[in-house]
Amino acid sequence: MMASTGDRLFEGADWDFHILQRVHDACEEIARSELGLDVYPNQIEVITAEQMLDAYSSVGMPLFYKHWSFGKQFAFQEASYRKGLMGLAYEIVINSSPCISYLMEENTATMQTLVIAHAAFGHNHFFKNNYLFKQWTDADGILDYLEFAKSYLAICEERHGHQAVERTVDAAHALMSHGIDRYPGKKTLDLRAEEKRAGQRRKLEEEMFNDLWRTVPTTKAKTKATLSAERRRALLGLPQENILYFLEKTAPRLQPWQREIIRIVRHIAQYFYPQSQTKVMNEGTATYVHYRIMNRLHRQGRISDGNFIEFLQSHTNVVFQPEFDDRRFSGFNPYALGFAMMQDIERIVSNPEDEDREWFPDIAGKGDVEGVLREIWSNYRDESFIGQFLSPALIRRFRMFHLHDDPAESAGIKVDAIHDERGYRRVRRELSRQYDVGFIDANIEVVDVDLDGDRRLMLRHTTVKDAQLNETDARRVLQHLADLWSYDVVLTEVDGTDKVLKEYVVSPRAAAVAA
Amino acid sequence: MVIHIVDRRLNPGSKSLENRQRFLRRAKALVQGAVKKSSQDRDIKDVLEGGEVTIPLDGMDEPRFRREGGTRDMVLPGNKKFVEGDWLPRPNQSGGKGSGAGEGDSEDAFRFVLSRDEFVDLFLDDLELPDLAKRKLAETESEGIQRAGYATSGSPANISISRTVSRALARRVALRRPRQEDIAALEEEIANCEDEARRAELLALLEALKAKVKRIPFIDPIDIRYRRFETVPKPVAQAVMFCLMDVSGSMSEHMKDLAKRFYMLLYVFLKRRYKHVEIVFIRHTDRAEEVDEETFFHGPASGGTLVSSALVAMHEIVRTRFRPADWNIYAAQASDGDNMTSDSALTGHLLTDKILPVCQFFAYLEVGEAANYTFDMPDSSLWTLYERLRNDGVPLSMRKVSERGEIFPVFQDLFKRRGKQERVA
Repeated sequence: MMASTGDRLFEGADWDFHILQRVHDACEEIARSELGLDVYPNQIEVITAEQMLDAYSSVGMPLFYKHWSFGKQFAFQEASYRKGLMGLAYEIVINSSPCISYLMEENTATMQTLVIAHAAFGHNHFFKNNYLFKQWTDADGILDYLEFAKSYLAICEERHGHQAVERTVDAAHALMSHGIDRYPGKKTLDLRAEEKRAGQRRKLEEEMFNDLWRTVPTTKAKTKATLSAERRRALLGLPQENILYFLEKTAPRLQPWQREIIRIVRHIAQYFYPQSQTKVMNEGTATYVHYRIMNRLHRQGRISDGNFIEFLQSHTNVVFQPEFDDRRFSGFNPYALGFAMMQDIERIVSNPEDEDREWFPDIAGKGDVEGVLREIWSNYRDESFIGQFLSPALIRRFRMFHLHDDPAESAGIKVDAIHDERGYRRVRRELSRQYDVGFIDANIEVVDVDLDGDRRLMLRHTTVKDAQLNETDARRVLQHLADLWSYDVVLTEVDGTDKVLKEYVVSPRAAAVAA
Repeated sequence: MVIHIVDRRLNPGSKSLENRQRFLRRAKALVQGAVKKSSQDRDIKDVLEGGEVTIPLDGMDEPRFRREGGTRDMVLPGNKKFVEGDWLPRPNQSGGKGSGAGEGDSEDAFRFVLSRDEFVDLFLDDLELPDLAKRKLAETESEGIQRAGYATSGSPANISISRTVSRALARRVALRRPRQEDIAALEEEIANCEDEARRAELLALLEALKAKVKRIPFIDPIDIRYRRFETVPKPVAQAVMFCLMDVSGSMSEHMKDLAKRFYMLLYVFLKRRYKHVEIVFIRHTDRAEEVDEETFFHGPASGGTLVSSALVAMHEIVRTRFRPADWNIYAAQASDGDNMTSDSALTGHLLTDKILPVCQFFAYLEVGEAANYTFDMPDSSLWTLYERLRNDGVPLSMRKVSERGEIFPVFQDLFKRRGKQERVA
């Protein structure tokens, strides 16, 4: 153990900007040398509780365009905050470069240290290194883009009126969860590459030429109608699951500014897409990082025992997981699960048991805890992370069990698997599936447009496990969609075998969005 | 690594104010309904303090595609006694099909706090005095001040510094006043100059420059400009509201309470909407007196009933203080409808001949006992009389109120914004 040098970062609960600077430097030293973190430059902003509420209602971003729904959220949050139903977060951190962390002024010095370690290093490292964030978000550009979005909408309101803009934004918001590219798109080739590829293909054909192929019988030629339908779908890029993208590019009667607004909403939805897929990992990483840093600071004697106890108390509050029959239970706490998994991986890497060697041959006993964790933080999302690294030991510790609820079964809900030898894999697979975006959002695609007839837009919802759309809400969303499309919209719900379960037809309203 | 620590606490707060206003605008109808509902169970004075209202969330929904039903799988922590293959009873089996009910259409009410101004605005929105026709320029209190360019004279407090300095700059440039830097450069050159003749030449030049600087001042009195203000007359519609209240012995506490609530609302409405409305409070038993606000709302009084006495008093005040040619005259009367039978003829005569011809609008509020049986009773003597008058087409409006909760709807009904042609019913 290191000698307690007595070089404390702070005494008591008070802090000033000088202390914040020292705390940051001390955390950075540990984060870099011990954990090997690689972070964006930090910007730490101290704000009041009211400003924190403000930030809440604009989805945590420092600036955002104006919309009534944020006002609604603000009113709601303000009311529950005032009544004491809800505490405020200690911090908000923004995936941007520089990485902005908001610290509440009410926090004590210990809490500020915790928050800096958690947000400015834990989250920051995750934002900069995780593959989803790298693929989908542009940390350098996001603040400028939001600034642009805000002023663009303000200009639109001036030119086209509040109401018209509000209607468009409302409609786009309703479809926001279906305005995301889930897979990185095909890159369009440039001409040179195109030419090269055509040449290669020709060469290959010449090399492979064999006259015999001509005599092989082929399938029946497709009819002209099928061919033209296929061609139409190919030209429109159908089927398309990014409904907002489809509207932006092909809706027949939208004004250019409306397309731009849809594009803005779509981009913002895309920016938040990685966050929804990495809640457990992101919080797990940040919690693990702050835990390591705080422990090290304490061991170095830079945080007093009293302050360390204060830290431990809020840390245990954060990683508390109520059991399923507890009144406080509302699903898995991402902090608790994430932190437990990170610690478990640390144990497997440094001090494995036979079971772990069998389950995790790649990492068990490898010795380089930080290296293994950094690797994981970069290359997984919640679903794959849990699917790979939830260990039997942890399943036992949480005493997890899997329930299967089939409404057709009159006997009740079945306990399908528990924390035993037979159940580990099934529990793990089911838990990982709960975090799979493919299952979280309804699978709805634009499948066709009747270009020859009445231009109706056809969508298809392929149900998973018989879960159909809530009718009231589906009609309302489709109404918005029809208003943007400005012709009829048809949504068919089909099950896995293409059997039609339900069909919605919605016509645009008279005072439609598109003029 | 560089780290920036920024103190944002001093940044202007309430960034979401605009979002809040948009929300209110959008939710206006819902909030208005809620405001009215909440005003029913509260004292009028408290109403004006603002407060918390509850509106249903469903009117402000943001729909999303949501799925429900189907087979569900979940993994939960904290298993204590289950083993694989156990069957658990569904939690809410009694409520028919398990899921669905709790999830989708839960229309939770949603509470939030309105500020005083927001509350009163929504509360009194769409109300106005009918037929505010006679617009007359009131001489004294209606003068406004507005900026009117610049002047060469004025009080020192009104000096326009930016204008003065820019004029001084223009003058200095135009007159080629030597700049301080040029003089400094020249002085330096002199200090370094070896050649005696050249040096004398330079000294002379320096003297000339310095003299010129003295002649052309940095700021001259002719540069100075003052902001000029002008008074402009503003047209103001003059209006007076007569509040006539019956406080006789036949009025029960409940009735008086209703009447007072009505006037309190009227008072608040007028004060807020119209800067220049005079209010005259008259209360009467078998004789009438003009009283101040405090006495009107809080002073005790009792006695017989002579409605004509109040009308006489009102007529007298109109005659002496409010020339009908210059004033929009309104009156609101609250009574339980009892009047001496012998007084009826006089009252009718006063109303038709003296009061109504000069009035823009006359509202009559009849207050009744809390229970419903008032409606089974025959119409009171005043009601009968007024109804007859109204059928002759005079601008008279009448309503009955017997419950606290009815006050606001009736009030709104009486003063809601009307189209030009539509007569007051």
